[in-house]
Amino acid sequence: MLPIRLARFGIRSVAANCKRINIGSLSQVAREFSSDERPQFPGSRSQWTEKLEFIRPDLYDGIPVYRVMDRKGKVIDPSQDPQLSQEMVTKMYKCMTQLNTMDRILYESQRQGRISFYMTNYGEEGTHIGSAAALDPKDLIFGQYREAGTLMWRGFTLDQFMNQCYGNVDDGGKGKQMPVHYGSKELNFVTISSPLGTQMPQAVGAAYAYKRSQNGLCVMCYFGEGTSSEGDAHAALNFSATLDCPVIFFCRNNGYAISTPSKEQYRGDGIAGRGPAYGMLTIRVDGNDVFAVYNATLKARQVAISEMRPVLIEAMTYRIGHHSTSDDSTAYRSVDEVRYWDERDHPISRLRNYMLSKGWWGDAQEKEWKEDCKRQVMTAFARAEKKLKPNWKEIFTDVYHEMPSHIREQMKQMEEHVQKYAEHYPLKNFTKD
Amino acid sequence: MALRTFIKRNLILNNKCPLRISQRLSHFTFVPDTVSASEGETQRMNLFQAINNSLDIALTQDPTAVIFGEDVAFGGVFRCTVGLQEKHGKSRVFNTPLCEQGIAGFGIGAATAGATAIAEIQFADYILPAFDQICNEAAKYRYRSGGIYDCGSLTIRAPCSAVGHGAVYHSQSPEAFFAHCPGLKVVVPRGPIKAKGLLLSCIRDKNPCLFFEPKILYRSAVEQVPVKEYTMPLSKADILVEGDDITLVGWGTQVHVLREVCQLAKDQLNVSCELIDLVTILPWDKETIAQSVKKTGRLLIAHEAPLTSGFGAEIAASIQHECFLNLEAPIERVTGFDTPFPHMFEPFYMPDKWRCFEAVKKLVNY
Repeated sequence: MLPIRLARFGIRSVAANCKRINIGSLSQVAREFSSDERPQFPGSRSQWTEKLEFIRPDLYDGIPVYRVMDRKGKVIDPSQDPQLSQEMVTKMYKCMTQLNTMDRILYESQRQGRISFYMTNYGEEGTHIGSAAALDPKDLIFGQYREAGTLMWRGFTLDQFMNQCYGNVDDGGKGKQMPVHYGSKELNFVTISSPLGTQMPQAVGAAYAYKRSQNGLCVMCYFGEGTSSEGDAHAALNFSATLDCPVIFFCRNNGYAISTPSKEQYRGDGIAGRGPAYGMLTIRVDGNDVFAVYNATLKARQVAISEMRPVLIEAMTYRIGHHSTSDDSTAYRSVDEVRYWDERDHPISRLRNYMLSKGWWGDAQEKEWKEDCKRQVMTAFARAEKKLKPNWKEIFTDVYHEMPSHIREQMKQMEEHVQKYAEHYPLKNFTKD
Repeated sequence: MALRTFIKRNLILNNKCPLRISQRLSHFTFVPDTVSASEGETQRMNLFQAINNSLDIALTQDPTAVIFGEDVAFGGVFRCTVGLQEKHGKSRVFNTPLCEQGIAGFGIGAATAGATAIAEIQFADYILPAFDQICNEAAKYRYRSGGIYDCGSLTIRAPCSAVGHGAVYHSQSPEAFFAHCPGLKVVVPRGPIKAKGLLLSCIRDKNPCLFFEPKILYRSAVEQVPVKEYTMPLSKADILVEGDDITLVGWGTQVHVLREVCQLAKDQLNVSCELIDLVTILPWDKETIAQSVKKTGRLLIAHEAPLTSGFGAEIAASIQHECFLNLEAPIERVTGFDTPFPHMFEPFYMPDKWRCFEAVKKLVNY
């Protein structure tokens, strides 16, 4: 085959144009090519077939869902029980329940007009706490918007959460963003932004920088199944694999992107089905099983760092709450469906049953913790509500590292205007100079 | 007969083809900058060599600096990164998959995590998929986090502007899109000496910077460039020719067009023009332009990008506000038309010296 084609063009003219190949090596290459065992295309690594056969996308059952506990919280295969200490498991439980309590209070506060917006995490507490507990606190987290539990696990205080939601003078974000757009430098949690999926290629770049700095850390990137449809998601998965980045992609597949159910979001085997296509180690887990999430994340982290490669985890779960305070999900799903997940497959109750079976928890502790938790949340809430907002001139800060003259000029003009029309601006709510 | 012989005999050598690509006249003459002897040893470099030199310095001095994008490993389609992978290693100069939004996002993340990230977008025409990452993310990273996170160590370079035959998708000048985005810096060099210093300034600047390199200057712009390391200030316009009658403002390739306009005005109209290279589009040096217009009373702005909402519109609006009583004539803008950039009609599309000269006459005779 190939030798004949070379003869037609004239081996000499081809060789003359290929500065790097001499005639001797060209005939050697021709011998190897003609052995015909595998396709030689540079982009190929597979075998030949003479059967005209299209691969059916439903050819196989889908990547299985890894679990440790059944829906009632009973460990199925004892070898998979991570054997975490009572202290650790209790901390996990308290973190999930505190998150749940904070969600209830802040959702209600939006309804009462105290904060402008809120997003709850109902039903997904297991994905947050299970994964965060398996990371190093210095691993950099890039989130989407429904991962508050990871911040809570790391130690973001109730005051810090509420200050951000109220946008008050103690908000780390200086009142610049809507509620739930948390960020923390100390806790290595990159500030949330509203555009979906943008965090994904950023997480890859950060992981590359971590790899170069040899700091022994990885990057954790959370996103939803809806977000995985964004172009940035494809970019991120491809870059992470081709550039060998220590990043864990953690997809919270909670069944809905606002009102769009997952069957309208993708037609293939979810998000996990895409991992192998990108050349990536992949697993699908029961997101409502804290131990499954923990085990998978722990292993993913070990692989990402020791082998310098990305890992994809698709955590199957269910969004029990509305998308946000701007959504009423009864418009697109039945109350019965929601009730099923709340009552029959909830990460908090499954973990509680595990703790009960170990004798680590009881009704008395539950009652005491519930009251304590509620009190903590309510007092933080009251504190946050009372605080003033930041000085309105924060509008002009942090656009650039240094304030350029044109922004300074605009600030000055507004200062003069506010002085003249002071009674028309809500100055009493804002910190003075 | 062989294909090559056919082409040789019938298309190239018989000169029957009316407009050989290589024969088309450039719409400008590059005028090199010079530096004083106190800048030390210089070396003859064209624009891509000066950029290459600047990148080399950045990588040598900053161990966290990395360069990435499509085809940068072998040297880049415009040779700006030649030799850098060999010198600094594969982990520091590397190809990414073909995806501008990925390149920009990756760069933002690397910068956030402490690396100096120097991204290349192969043509400014293809920067638009990265628009969300650049404007919604990079530009707002510091602001929205209350200053605790930023991607200031990100620089994105892209070849821009007309090249003679680039047509719709290899000729664009997208600076105006990004000028509208607070948080970014946008810089356009006019030649090798400026480019080397400005690029190093952008790389070291603590804000995300876009560096648009006029691709027609890559080979045709040759200067004696100082070999030492140096930076040039951002947001500072350069007065290249002093004059009293008209202020001419441009950037990139257009600066050289306007130089010829200065000469034409002097020779044919006895009009003295003050030529200003804006250099930085955002934040732009309003003071220098305003000061000049207060002196001359007449302003001509020229750019290749289309007229409506081109950056000339911002300059015109600001200057008429600053210098209203000083103006002797309405501000003139000579720009690309409000059309996509055409292929065969490039000589008619460009804001060439004749269209600029005509605008000068209008300003003078108002």
